[in-house]
Amino acid sequence: MSHHRLIVRSQEKRKCFCFVLPYSFSFCHRTMKILVAVKRVVDYAVKIRVKPDKTGVDTQNVKMSMNPFCEIALEEALRIKEAGFAKEVVAVSIGPSQCVDTLRTGLAMGADRGIHVEANSSFLPLTIAKILRSLAEVENPGLIFLGKQAIDDDCNQTGQMVAALLGWPQATFASKVVLDNDKHVATVDREVDGGLETLSVDLPAVITTDLRLNQPRYATLPNIMKAKSKPIKKMTLEDLKVDIKSDIEIVEVTEPPKRKSGVIVSSVDELIDKLKNEAHVV
Amino acid sequence: MHKLLVKLSSSSSSFSSNPLRHSKNQRFILPLLPSSITSNPFTASGSPPRPSIPANRFISRFGYPCSADLFRKSPTLCSNSTTFGVIWSSRCISSEAGRESIEYDVLIVGAGPAGLSAAIRLKQLCQQNNIDLSVCVVEKGAEVGAHIISGNVFEPLALDELLPHWRQQQAPIEIPASSDKFWFLTKDRAISLPSPFDNKGNYVISLSQLVRWLGGKAEELGTEIYPGFSASEVLYDASDKVVGIATRDMGISKDGSKKENFQPGVDIKGRVTLFAEGCRGSLSEKIIKKYKLREEVNAQHQTYALGIKEVWEIDESKHNPGEVVHTLGWPLDPKTYGGSFLYHMNDRQIALGLVVALNYKNPFLNPYEEFQKLKHHPAIKRVLEGGTVLQYGARTLNEGGFQSIPYPVFPGGAIIGCSAGFLNVPKIKGTHTAMKSGMLAAEAAFGALHEGLNMNTYWDNLRDSWVWKELYAARNYRPAFEYGLLPGLAVSAMEHYVLKGKVPFTLKHGKADHEATDLARKCTPIEYPKPDGVLSFDVPTSLYRSNTNHDHDQPSHLRLKDPKIPEKLNFPEYAAPESRYCPARVYVEDEEGKPKLQINAQNCLHCKACDIKDPKQNIEWTVPEGGGGPAYSLM
Repeated sequence: MSHHRLIVRSQEKRKCFCFVLPYSFSFCHRTMKILVAVKRVVDYAVKIRVKPDKTGVDTQNVKMSMNPFCEIALEEALRIKEAGFAKEVVAVSIGPSQCVDTLRTGLAMGADRGIHVEANSSFLPLTIAKILRSLAEVENPGLIFLGKQAIDDDCNQTGQMVAALLGWPQATFASKVVLDNDKHVATVDREVDGGLETLSVDLPAVITTDLRLNQPRYATLPNIMKAKSKPIKKMTLEDLKVDIKSDIEIVEVTEPPKRKSGVIVSSVDELIDKLKNEAHVV
Repeated sequence: MHKLLVKLSSSSSSFSSNPLRHSKNQRFILPLLPSSITSNPFTASGSPPRPSIPANRFISRFGYPCSADLFRKSPTLCSNSTTFGVIWSSRCISSEAGRESIEYDVLIVGAGPAGLSAAIRLKQLCQQNNIDLSVCVVEKGAEVGAHIISGNVFEPLALDELLPHWRQQQAPIEIPASSDKFWFLTKDRAISLPSPFDNKGNYVISLSQLVRWLGGKAEELGTEIYPGFSASEVLYDASDKVVGIATRDMGISKDGSKKENFQPGVDIKGRVTLFAEGCRGSLSEKIIKKYKLREEVNAQHQTYALGIKEVWEIDESKHNPGEVVHTLGWPLDPKTYGGSFLYHMNDRQIALGLVVALNYKNPFLNPYEEFQKLKHHPAIKRVLEGGTVLQYGARTLNEGGFQSIPYPVFPGGAIIGCSAGFLNVPKIKGTHTAMKSGMLAAEAAFGALHEGLNMNTYWDNLRDSWVWKELYAARNYRPAFEYGLLPGLAVSAMEHYVLKGKVPFTLKHGKADHEATDLARKCTPIEYPKPDGVLSFDVPTSLYRSNTNHDHDQPSHLRLKDPKIPEKLNFPEYAAPESRYCPARVYVEDEEGKPKLQINAQNCLHCKACDIKDPKQNIEWTVPEGGGGPAYSLM
C-alpha cells in the first residue's frame, strides 16, 4: 500500500508512472482525463417552428445554447476534477463554426480545453458516436460524459452507441455518480422506469447524465475572460478518419397536427357509436 | 502639487484658484493616477496625493496595488506637458473576499444601438490615434439583440457617419422604404390621409438584427461584450463619483438564500461609465435622480408610450417589401394618444404594432387588448389572413423629446441613447439619434481619457449637432395632443407644413404619466372581445412567442416599495391598472376573496411599463439575473 502511495505522489509532479500498476495509464485517477461531449441546440425557451420547405426546424435567427443535459454532464465532470479524481476536463463539440461559442461557455464553466470537430451538416447519433469513438482513441479519457439526450432530437442514443463502439461499460440516466479511488470503479445511480438502479461500472466507462444529477454552475465574468485564452483545437472529419455516410435520411419534418376540439356526447350509446365508427378503436 | 494640477487639466475655460471645486462648468474627470505604486508620481519630493483624489482606483478594496507591469509607463504625468498620455491598456483584475473587481477604461452598460455605437466610435478613435483603451460592454440579455425591439424604419444618417461602408459589409439593412401610407381608422374603415412622414432614403429593418451586426463590428474592433450580465448597482467612490457597476449575484433562491450554484456578482469599474440602458433604464433613472440631472437644465419630466409588436409571416401575394403604413384613430379613443404601424420587411415578414401613450386616463384601458382589437380591423385583417405570428414583444419608448432631455453628464460618465431620451416623436424614430448620442459621448470620453478634457464636451457637442436641431424642430408636436386629438392634428399639420418648429414658444407636457390616471369610479370599464386564436391571442400564447424566461427560483425583480399599497390604493381607487397595462400578465389579481396582487416575475418582458405607470410609483423595476428576459431575434 505504501508503495502505491509513493507512486501517487510522483504522478502529481510528472507524467504518470503507471506502468507499475497493472492497468493502462488512462486508468490512473490522477492523470485521468474526462471527455465531455456538448451539443449546441436551440435554446429550450425558444418557440420553434418548422421551415416552410419541411426539411427541418428553422434555426436561422434563433437563440442557440448548450444542451441542458450537456451542461449537467460538464458540471459533473468539473466536480469530479475538483474532487481530485481527474486531471483534465476536455469539452468536445461537433458542428458548424458557431459551436466554438458553446465550447467557450464550457471553458468558462471550467473545462480545460476544447475540441471542435468541424461539420457543416447536422449528424445523426451513430455518426456522432463514431466521431466520439475516434476521439476517445486519440485522447484516451477515463470517463466520457454525455447528456442523456439532446433537446432538439430527443434521440437518447449517442451515449449508448459510443459505449458499444468502444466496448466500454455504460451507465445512463445517471442521477448520482461516485468514483472509487482505488478500485477504478464508478458507482452510478440510474433513474429507470421502476425507480433507481445502482450500477458499478469499471473505468473507462461512458456515463450519460439525467436532470437531477446536479445544478450546473454559472459561468462568471472573470471565468469568461480567462476562457478566451484556453485552447480550442479544430479537427476535421478526415483527421479522425470517420465515415459519415448515414443509412438514415430525413425525408420530411412537419408540425404535429393541431389538436381538434373535443366533442361533448349526450349519452353512452353515442359515445360507443363514435368510438366504433369514427375513431375505430372499439 | 497645486501647479501640477493646473497643468493636468488642460482645457477648462474658467480656471479659478481652486481647481478642485466641482461646479458644473468644471466637472472634469481626472485621469486615474496610480497613487501608491512605487514612487509617488505627483511631485518629485514624493508628497502624498491630494486626499480628494480617491486612492482606490487601481487598487482592490484591501489596498493591494495592482501589479505595476500591467501599466505602460506614463512619464508625462510628471512632465510639463499639458497633453496626456495616460495609457493603460490592460485591465486590472483584483479580488477580495468573494467579490472580484475588473477595471476598464470605458464601461458601457447596455449593448443597444447607442452603447454599441459608442464602443465602435471609441475603438475607431483609438485606432486613429494609435493608442489603446479597453472598452467593455455589459448586457443583461442572453445575447446581443435579445432585448432589442423597435418598429423599425431606420434612418441611416448616424450609421453613415459611424461606418460609412456599411452597404458593403453585409449589414442587415436591405429593404428601402418604398411607400408611406397614413390611415385614419374608424371601426370599419380606413381613411387615407396625406402622410406626414417622408421615409425616402430610409430602410425597413429588424433592429434586433442590426444590433447583432453592430455587436459583431464592435467585437472586431476589440470591444469586449459580455451578454448575460445585468448591472444591478452603481458603484461610487468616496467623492460620490461613479466608478462603475456591480453585476447581480447569480444563484439566489426566492427566499433570499444562496443556492448550490451561487456566484457573487462582479464589480466592473470604468474610468468613464456610459449608461445606455434604453428607455427608463433602471440605473440611469437612479443616476438622474441622484445628481438631479433634469433640474440642472430645467428639463421637464419624461413622458412615455408603450409599444406592443408582433412579427408575422404573411402570404407572398400580400407582401410588399418596403411598404410603410401608419394609422391613427381606432381602436384608441380621441383622448388617448397613440397609433399603429405596419411595416413590410423581407422574407415575407411584416412588423405590426400599436403604440399607446402612457398618460392615458382610463385605468381600464388595456393596451394589449387594444392591439388585439386592431388586428381585426378590415384593413389590417386582410394583410394578416393566412399568415402566422413569429414573435411578440413589448417595450416602452420616450415621448418627451426636447423638453425632457436631462443634463446627460455626471461625475464619472454620461447617459446616452433612450436612457436620456432622444427619440424624435413625430418621426417616431429614435435609433439614429441614439446612435449619434453614443458617438458624441464616445468622442467626449476619448477626449477626457486621452487629452484630459472635460466630459462636458458631450453636452456641448450634442447641442451643436443635428440631433439637437431635429429634436428642437419636433418639440411641439406631441405636447399639442394634450388638448385633444383634433387640436393635436391641427398643430401637427401647422408644424409640418408651415412652422417647422420655428416658433418662439415651447409647449409643455401635461401631467406625468403615473399621475394622469383617473380614479376608477370616474371611468367606464371597457369590455374586450375574447381572442379568436387566429388573429388575436391570449397573453400566454403571445408570451410564448417572445421566448421570455427567467429562472423561477430567484427573488422577484419587481419590488414593491410599500407592499400594502396595491390593496389599499391600486385595487379600490384605480381597479388595479397594473393587471391591464402589463403586456406580459405579470400582475394578476388573486381571485379568491380579498384582492391580492400576485407578481409573476418570470413572465416579465423588461418593458418598464409598471415602473412608469404605477399611480404611486410603488413598483420598482430592478434587473433580474442576467440572461433572463425575452429572446427577440426578428424584432
